[in-house]
Amino acid sequence: MAFLHATAHASAPAIDNAAKKRSLTPYLLLLPGMVWLIGFFVLPIATLASTSTMTRPEGAAVGTYVQSLRFQNYFDAFNANKDQFFRSFLYAGIATLLALAISYPLAYMIAFKAGKMRSFLLVLVVAPFFTSFLLRTVAWTQILGDEGPVVSFLKALPFFSNDIRLTSTPFAVVSGLTYNFLPFMTLPLYASLERIDPRTLEAAGDLYANGLTTFRRVTVPLSMPGVVAGTLLTFIPAAGDYVNAYLLGNPNTRMIGNVIDSRFFAIVDYPTAAALSFTLMAAILILVTLYIRKSGTDELV
Amino acid sequence: MSANQNEKLNPVTKSIINAQLSRRGVLAGVGAIGASVALASCGTGSGDTATKTVEDVSDTEKIVRWASWPYYLDFDEDSKKYPTLEAFAAKTGITPTYKEDIDDNNTFYGKVQGQLKIGSDIGYDVVTPTDWMVDRWIQLGYAAKFDEANIPNKKNIRAILNDVGYDQGRQYSLTWQSGFAGFGWNTEKIKKGVHTIDDLFAKENKGRIMVLSELRDTMGIIMQYQGVDPSGAFTEDQYMNAIDFLKGKIADGFIRQVKGNAYTESLVSGDAVAVIGWSGDLFVLKSENAGKFDFAIPDSGGTLWSDNVLIPSTSAHKKNAEALINYYYEPAVAAQVAAYVNYICPVEAAQAELEKIDPALAASPYIFPDAATLAKVKVFRGLTTDESTKFQTAFDEATGN
Repeated sequence: MAFLHATAHASAPAIDNAAKKRSLTPYLLLLPGMVWLIGFFVLPIATLASTSTMTRPEGAAVGTYVQSLRFQNYFDAFNANKDQFFRSFLYAGIATLLALAISYPLAYMIAFKAGKMRSFLLVLVVAPFFTSFLLRTVAWTQILGDEGPVVSFLKALPFFSNDIRLTSTPFAVVSGLTYNFLPFMTLPLYASLERIDPRTLEAAGDLYANGLTTFRRVTVPLSMPGVVAGTLLTFIPAAGDYVNAYLLGNPNTRMIGNVIDSRFFAIVDYPTAAALSFTLMAAILILVTLYIRKSGTDELV
Repeated sequence: MSANQNEKLNPVTKSIINAQLSRRGVLAGVGAIGASVALASCGTGSGDTATKTVEDVSDTEKIVRWASWPYYLDFDEDSKKYPTLEAFAAKTGITPTYKEDIDDNNTFYGKVQGQLKIGSDIGYDVVTPTDWMVDRWIQLGYAAKFDEANIPNKKNIRAILNDVGYDQGRQYSLTWQSGFAGFGWNTEKIKKGVHTIDDLFAKENKGRIMVLSELRDTMGIIMQYQGVDPSGAFTEDQYMNAIDFLKGKIADGFIRQVKGNAYTESLVSGDAVAVIGWSGDLFVLKSENAGKFDFAIPDSGGTLWSDNVLIPSTSAHKKNAEALINYYYEPAVAAQVAAYVNYICPVEAAQAELEKIDPALAASPYIFPDAATLAKVKVFRGLTTDESTKFQTAFDEATGN
């Protein structure tokens, strides 16, 4: 009894220590992530937030701003750039739908019909990432240019006027967005399609569903997580993109990213740029939340 | 000869003096407010100019890195090398890196301002911004003061360029090249040329016109078309009238793009047939493309600007940079550069040297301008910081941003 008592006594601190260690472990594991998050997300966001309400004292040097908690900045910035906001969401929306329309058959084909070619086709989808995003977009300005092969071909056709041009048009901007973000749509779609158990499709056939019904009632619902992830991964960066609008567009197709860029770099108006960035972030957050609610899926991939 | 030349250059002197007067007023105002900002000390920008002293490692690291504009240094198509730079490397043992990294003053400033502010290396030892931007760099303490002993050739600079408003006595910067902004066009597409704004915005050119994203050049030309002198004390209303004109041409689809130096690529690719562009670029394009492009100063008036070499305060290779700058103010070298870039040469004595290379070029009014040419151009006046913010905002909003 005494012996037992003694051992119990002896081990009690050990257990205590182990418990303590166990309770600390999750925090220690979280530490690198938290440090990263604070250093590279929370702090910059806080700085951005504080910049967004600053004002420039009359006559001060370019780029000098002092904090004056002017929340009116947000309304001013939004009102001055409503068009570009609207345009960003419109272009990003169209590009997302186009990317979905192109990617779904592609991902379906790779997942179900490609056989041995599967890995090769996947490499082809990812291959454009091996060169710079900028270079690829610049290449499009040449391919679609007035003296380029596409326009020359279209001009040769009878039903296009000789004035036809493709670069510096909304068409070119939306095409550029679609092209550049296509892999972000294809890969999640492929991942969720590939995970579908073929037996569920066979079962649908056994229950007298034809090909179309099987696709509509079984394949599509099962691939929804991929659709949601793909649309989000395409829409969010496309809405904030400015490279495509800059290189492929004209002054009437500028998106909100271009405005933020010019406010920040050309006008050196940090508060407006910061306010616009926050408004964009908030708008995307609201849209995404609504979308996820509506599509009713918590599981993203 | 030299006195005669000065007489001829009078219009420039006048406009530079004008610019200088208004800049002085600005500086006084900025000084006062700058002080109060420093006191308040919570804010962004120049209040807390970092003047961290950088150790010069020129003797151990024999390199110098230079950021400049496209078509701004003699280039040999065959060897893909810059002959004068090669000669500099051979002569001094310093390895220069030359990058055409400046497409637009504002975007370049945007790229490097963060590092300049905290005093960490921006990756360049020599940069080449335009005068109004040099003004900003000097005011904010981002330019390193020259060690004059290392740049004896400084004396070769044109007399009128030796005392500019933003840098009295050229202690921080030296004029690299000056040039004109005017009209450039594709001679195959537009046979009669482009000499007026109406020629530029002719119906046939619709959708194939590009203008510069450099406010002072594009607006300076439009303002002169509207009868306003951009070097004089023009009012905000007069400036906004010109903005309305620009907005109209963009809304009607006449102007395809508002671009930095990349307009040259659009001319070559055929996306643009007429532009507001820079003299030297177009002469280089002209010689590279067998006369397919040409340049003219608008009948209603063009603009004159200068780009300047300066050493960023963050450079750790200041001595090498000074050696490089000194080298380019030798008349023979300046002539070699002028023969390629076709901009106004800052070294007067280079004219005799250029005559040996190409007598036709030495007589060009676009390289060694005569009074008649200079009478056709204006220097955009210095803007107060309030004007600068307001005008740049209006310009960027008009161009879709």
